[in-house]
Amino acid sequence: MGDEANEQRVNINFYKTLKTMVSIKRLQEDGIDFIMVVGEIDASSSIELDLTIAKSVGEGHFKILIDCSALEYISSAGLGVFMSYIEECKDRDIKMVLFGMNEKVANTFSILGLNELLEIAKDKVEAKQMVNGI
Amino acid sequence: MVYKYKVGCSIENLKGVRDFIRTSLKEHGVSEIDISEIVLAMDEMCSNLMIHAHHCNPDDLFELHIDVEKNNPLVFEIIDDGTVFDINQFSEPTLDNIIHEKRKGGLGIRLVKSIMDKIEYQKQTDKSICRLIKNVHFT
Repeated sequence: MGDEANEQRVNINFYKTLKTMVSIKRLQEDGIDFIMVVGEIDASSSIELDLTIAKSVGEGHFKILIDCSALEYISSAGLGVFMSYIEECKDRDIKMVLFGMNEKVANTFSILGLNELLEIAKDKVEAKQMVNGI
Repeated sequence: MVYKYKVGCSIENLKGVRDFIRTSLKEHGVSEIDISEIVLAMDEMCSNLMIHAHHCNPDDLFELHIDVEKNNPLVFEIIDDGTVFDINQFSEPTLDNIIHEKRKGGLGIRLVKSIMDKIEYQKQTDKSICRLIKNVHFT
């Protein structure tokens, strides 16, 4: 077993020099605040998602669409961010809808049944209908 | 085939951990969806260990081993210097609690337990081993 070991070692400092693994953009369109999440969300990058949603909610947006079409990965840290806004959205009558997830990301939400607790749409058209209550 | 990877306890290294696991499993005909679930579970295990047992000290190192034998369960080992973060000892919060208390943690352990088939800990004199077993279909 040991002889065949294919050993790979990481240069610890290497990954620190990489740019952040997620980039989040916001734009407002038809009274809706769009949040586009590009890249990977894990324990080190979930704070950016949290700050962006907090900002949107803080500015008083009550229609928030999260575009997940370029979201490549999400771990529990990111799932936890979405979960932590469920109550506030309900209390303040904010509609938050996620849309455009790829198959793997959608599977991550469904492992624990979070797809039942969050509002998730297939695409932008469906998401806009949901957020506008159509 | 055994794959090994040594990593420092900075959460910025989690991407490297995920790339290592994905690359190692891809060569062996493990399905994409199995790989993505395993990558997620191991990310959760490593981030828990880095944050809760090592307080994100990048100088603390641990080792990951992946043992892949065709048509056998996959074996993942997290080998640490003796610090143990035993998820079997943790009672994870309910989803209701997570929503009402606006907790952002607690989902990771649930994910690992849902994805992996077996999680066991072994304590040796100078190290501790967390072994995670996953049955997959090889193509």
